[in-house]
Amino acid sequence: MMKLWFKSGAPWIWLNAAAVSVCLIMVVGVLGLIVARGIGHFWPGQVIQFTYQDEGQVKTIIGEHVDTSITPAAMAKSSGITMADTEETLVQYLVKTGNRDVTGGDFRWIQERNIKLQEAPANLVVVERREWGNFYGELAAVKENGQVIASGQEAWSVLQSKIAGVLTLYNDIAHLEKKEVGAINYTLEQLRLEQKSLQLDNRWDESQEKRINDKKAALDIEYKQYQVQLAELYQQIRRDSLVAKTQDGAEVEISLSKVVRVYQPNTMSFFDKTVHYGAKLFEFLTDDPREANTEGGIFPAIFGTVMMVMMMSVIVTPFGVVAAVYLREYAKQGFTTRLIRIAVNNLAGVPSIVYGVFGLGFFVYILGGNIDRLFYPESAPAPVFGTPGLLWASITLALLTLPVVIVSTEEGLARIPKAIREGSLALGATKLETLWRTVLPMASPAMMTGLILAVARAAGEVAPLMLVGVVKLAPTLPLDGNYPFLHLDRKFMHLGFHIYDVGFQSPNVEAARPLVYATSLLLVLVIVGLNLAAILIRNHLREKYRALEG
Amino acid sequence: MTAQHTPTHTIDMSSVLQGRTVDTEQTEACLKVENLNLFYGHKQALHGINMEMPKKKVTAYIGPSGCGKSTLLRCINRMNDLVDNVTIEGQILLDNENIYDKSVNVAALRRRVGMVFQKPNPFPKSIFENVCYGLRIQGINDKRILEETVENALRGAALWDEVKDRLHDNALGLSGGQQQRLVIARAIAIEPEVLLLDEPASALDPISTLKIEELINELKEKYTIVIVTHNMQQAARVSDYTAFMYMGELIEMGATSQLFTKPVKKQTEDYITGRYG
Repeated sequence: MMKLWFKSGAPWIWLNAAAVSVCLIMVVGVLGLIVARGIGHFWPGQVIQFTYQDEGQVKTIIGEHVDTSITPAAMAKSSGITMADTEETLVQYLVKTGNRDVTGGDFRWIQERNIKLQEAPANLVVVERREWGNFYGELAAVKENGQVIASGQEAWSVLQSKIAGVLTLYNDIAHLEKKEVGAINYTLEQLRLEQKSLQLDNRWDESQEKRINDKKAALDIEYKQYQVQLAELYQQIRRDSLVAKTQDGAEVEISLSKVVRVYQPNTMSFFDKTVHYGAKLFEFLTDDPREANTEGGIFPAIFGTVMMVMMMSVIVTPFGVVAAVYLREYAKQGFTTRLIRIAVNNLAGVPSIVYGVFGLGFFVYILGGNIDRLFYPESAPAPVFGTPGLLWASITLALLTLPVVIVSTEEGLARIPKAIREGSLALGATKLETLWRTVLPMASPAMMTGLILAVARAAGEVAPLMLVGVVKLAPTLPLDGNYPFLHLDRKFMHLGFHIYDVGFQSPNVEAARPLVYATSLLLVLVIVGLNLAAILIRNHLREKYRALEG
Repeated sequence: MTAQHTPTHTIDMSSVLQGRTVDTEQTEACLKVENLNLFYGHKQALHGINMEMPKKKVTAYIGPSGCGKSTLLRCINRMNDLVDNVTIEGQILLDNENIYDKSVNVAALRRRVGMVFQKPNPFPKSIFENVCYGLRIQGINDKRILEETVENALRGAALWDEVKDRLHDNALGLSGGQQQRLVIARAIAIEPEVLLLDEPASALDPISTLKIEELINELKEKYTIVIVTHNMQQAARVSDYTAFMYMGELIEMGATSQLFTKPVKKQTEDYITGRYG
């Protein structure tokens, strides 16, 4: 009976189906975890006032309940907590209490058995600040120039209108500092380099000196004007402040220039919460990070990742295609081509960090160093290309993904029917014309397949990037309004590295953990997006160059 | 009419050939094959072929599979150059010039000697672009010239009326027979002197085959045509001269009417009467 069952092949079908199911469960599990943890981060949670007993005293703390841990009694005992014999487990709540400037920490563990009362008073406010994390407490008053202008009930509405004004001011300041003053600084630096370069070439004379000094003087005047504007704006933004009470009753004064938003989560309707969520999400996607990357947005990292992948695609596609065409169409097939193919395939198996080391040693130090010596002597001793940057990161990843592109392009070329080539040759086309007009367009879907695989691999790569161009915080984007617009020598931020940095290198790991999930989700979405774009292009090409059937 | 790919029974050729006589005296040779030997590695595929193909006539190669007729045809536009390990001895003269001479530009030669393959092989482009492919290769991009040539070529290949409204549709949407005529249009668009047809109708249905055969009859007004075919009735219907090949050798060549009715060699007679093949 058993033997018959084995012979029927049914066990193999079950085995195969089980393998597929396990794979599916794992993929769904990973995505589910990331989505569940990542998506919830921006939803405003209830702020709860816990009244609990601690060593005989009754205390209150205010905060968001973030996590619950259940420890067996034996384990709790061994870590020095006294447990009654009837208790089997110790339940502890992790509460985000914020107010790091007052208490020194953001999070507290409290034991469930000590809690006397849990309430959610409507008047609790959360102040999201640019420094020191969130503040939880009660709003007491709003001040202007140190004078109280509103307190009690009306403080809330006054505060809301004040904050809207302050945020506009803040954006104006940021724009002035980054765009206008940034551009002046950039131009001044270019002028300094020009002067040095002229001096090095012995072409520095009075007319040049006058020209450069005139330009500098003009920029200086412009800069002074901006300074006056900025000083005025700063004075305005520092004028207002709010006073709030912590759970201990201590009063804290917070300058409105440091406030991002204030909200009362316990009174918010579902609609309010959705609006809040949308605003937070928008901030996450479009803003710069703050507080050592644990708050704010990750726009520079998204931008850097996409930019780097695009640069890599632009570099790897022509190289891979040209190499594949030579290998498949021109090289005499034999021992040497076999050897080259084996080498290419093995290149795909080299650990990526090795590419990083190679990129740093060869591209950055040797190539970049020599480029600096030859073309940028005026910048010395500061390196331009002799330091990790976008260009070197893109080239290193292009090298890493080259085998994939070569292999799939070769496969594509091999699949083009002989009849098509002969048809073209019979019309008097040379081999090059046949390749260029017929074979390569028909092989383009295969090239895109190679590129899709390359993008998938490159976008998720972190290890080599840490050596050749990715940094924790890049002050400027690699693409901006200053000539020559694309700055290939700049360092950039990357989602993959950002996850590592926020999750494991940040001073406030507990606060950053949900952000890790959110960023992971975004990285997955970015990669899916890049892949989808490539797949759409490929399907379009496939339809266009559909080969002969059979 | 039935499409007959392998002659397994006797055919009465006299009915097919009725009223067809060719005066061999008036024709001048366009292609001359002299002492042609071809080797695939060490295996000899063609043995000392000598033949002449007259200008503006249709010459058919017949013979059993693997006898070398396609190989010989592909020598005429040097398609065999693409195959690895091929050695060719002897010469083929096109208008008294050896096409295997070192000074010959192969691409230019193929412009003079067009070829149509067994399976239709249109490019995955529009009908229009397929026909003007050869012209674009020559660097002709003048829209007026292209349009004129495409129309003439498609009319020449008896396809114009069927496709004139959808010139910019993908050529792969055409039927097999239309595709084959498109490929012929593509070949005649560059106005070659010689047209090589390698079993042009073997992949087609009987009605398409008939159209192709009618087309061949019209095309011989302008071009020297060499056709390889498995179908002896087809050879009898369309060709002026027929060459019978067997095992890489040219057994007999002559005017079609004479070869099919009064073959000189016993082997030829055996083949056309279907005693082996």
